[in-house]
Amino acid sequence: MKKQEYHPFEDNAGEFQDKLFETRIEAVNLAYKKAPKSEWAKYAERMIHIIFLLLGLITVGCVLLITVYLVISGIPAIREIGPVDFLFGREWASTAAEPRYGILPFILTSIYGTAGAIVIGVPVGFMTAVYLSKLASPKVKSVMQSAVSLLAGIPSVVYGLVGMLVLVPGIRKVFNVPDGASLLAAIIVLAIMILPSIIKMSVTALDAVPKEYEDASLALGATPIETYFKVSVPAAKSGIAAAVVLGVGRAIGEAMAVMMVAGNVPNMPDSLFQSVRFLTTAVSSEMAYSSGLQQQALFSIALVLFLFIMLINAMLNFFLKQEKE
Amino acid sequence: MQNQFLSEKRKGYEVLMKALMLLSVGLTAGLVLFLLVYVLMKGIPNITWELLSTKPSYLTEKIGILPDILNTVYIVLAALLIVLPLGVGAAIYLTEYASNRKVVSIIEYAAETLSGIPSIIYGLVGMLLFSNSMGTCLLAGALTLVIMNLPTIMRTTQESLKTVPQSYREGAFGLGAGKWRVVRTVVLPGCVDGVITGAILSVGRILGESAALLFTAGFAHTVLTFPLGMKSPGATLTVALYFYAKEQGEFGVAFAIAAILMVLTVLINFAAALVQRYFAKRRSL
Repeated sequence: MKKQEYHPFEDNAGEFQDKLFETRIEAVNLAYKKAPKSEWAKYAERMIHIIFLLLGLITVGCVLLITVYLVISGIPAIREIGPVDFLFGREWASTAAEPRYGILPFILTSIYGTAGAIVIGVPVGFMTAVYLSKLASPKVKSVMQSAVSLLAGIPSVVYGLVGMLVLVPGIRKVFNVPDGASLLAAIIVLAIMILPSIIKMSVTALDAVPKEYEDASLALGATPIETYFKVSVPAAKSGIAAAVVLGVGRAIGEAMAVMMVAGNVPNMPDSLFQSVRFLTTAVSSEMAYSSGLQQQALFSIALVLFLFIMLINAMLNFFLKQEKE
Repeated sequence: MQNQFLSEKRKGYEVLMKALMLLSVGLTAGLVLFLLVYVLMKGIPNITWELLSTKPSYLTEKIGILPDILNTVYIVLAALLIVLPLGVGAAIYLTEYASNRKVVSIIEYAAETLSGIPSIIYGLVGMLLFSNSMGTCLLAGALTLVIMNLPTIMRTTQESLKTVPQSYREGAFGLGAGKWRVVRTVVLPGCVDGVITGAILSVGRILGESAALLFTAGFAHTVLTFPLGMKSPGATLTVALYFYAKEQGEFGVAFAIAAILMVLTVLINFAAALVQRYFAKRRSL
């Protein structure tokens, strides 16, 4: 183990504590290994160690299992249809006499829908987070934080239900279109659903900004608001970026609420008022009655969705690591 | 006032940002309030004793949600029974046993990946893994939820394990205790709060889950018994809500279920906050 020292001026106290903690565990393990024991006790302890190791490896096993299953069941249809026809085909007609399996409409809808939700949800969430972290009184902060937790806990079918009965008729009336179940309705529902993740994570990042930064800015004559937006926010930018990426992940993976408000017709997303189908809803809406190549194509859609999610996860990890440093 | 010395531009910035922040906070707060009031107002008048205590009948054309309530309870129980030992065990391995940093970081990365996977993918994989071998049933749904909730239990337990002072462990070792005895008598009692918090969070997540259960646990509305009924298909409250609202247009029943789910969500959030506060207080003593 590398020797680590505590530097009071470099503010690595937390890291130092972690290292110290680990060193002490190692010391205990070593002392334990050297201690005299009966053969039986050694054997029992070894077994227990192995049991815990297996429990620890369950998550790794699950990830591998999910990946392998998705790849194995997703590849055949892509092979049969052809990767280009599958990914860039503009038409999805799985039950037609001559079935067409192009998922470009779903991919574009998922991207547009997520982008729309980010455009609406991020500014609102970000502004709320700055207020809660910097300006709100402790009482307001704690009340709002429980409200945000509640928003995060509401089941997605409830969002879908309220969207179906409030948002969809509302859009129909306001914009005077024949059907309100549309991309716009899905964007609004998604924007609301990603709010809690964005607010929570941004507040955590903003709370962690050292007070000295702000004090220095205030002492130089900046107003509190200028300080928060021009000093605190840039200092917390990795955390806020992570919050946005988390929101993207939530939005692209949401299925049930979107299924209830987006109309679910496999159109190209040409306008906000088009009835559309997302990657997630493409999987769930036909799964119940599909078979053969159609079902395999649904698995391939899930594989594409999974790849998107893995990409987003990697980005999230990147920003979180930056935040730590 | 400091403000009177500011230039027009800076004053404008100040006012604009303040307005935007207040607007956003107002919007968020208004949204929560609206959702809460709207769902409860629409739902509570539809909740009758008959709805809660019967099953749907084609003869009388009445809808009852008793089977859905029972199924939800069964799935929560079964999933927790399986996931708690697994998650706690994994957390104990990470904080107490693991000495290889690489293994730890791989396991933690896997847990993060699991918590990022959307529920529809869990539903699909659950269908391939469990439902294809044991049929569409509550048990298959519960097992799918076990994978989903594993990272939550692991994380909360791990966090509470880190707060058990290292000197307790050293003291126990010094008295000649073996590793397993230390884990059992010193470490495990110290992580009770993490386990309880994790369990509450998981219950909340399971209650709200629908996409992962559609293809694993099915849609049936028959009254089942625990644990034998786990081998039969059944809809939970959320799946029933989706079914009644989207497929049958029974919005009264859907709102009644939504109101029940809303009240449960509020209670669970409250319980989680309460538990955290209780243990934080006890720890600081």
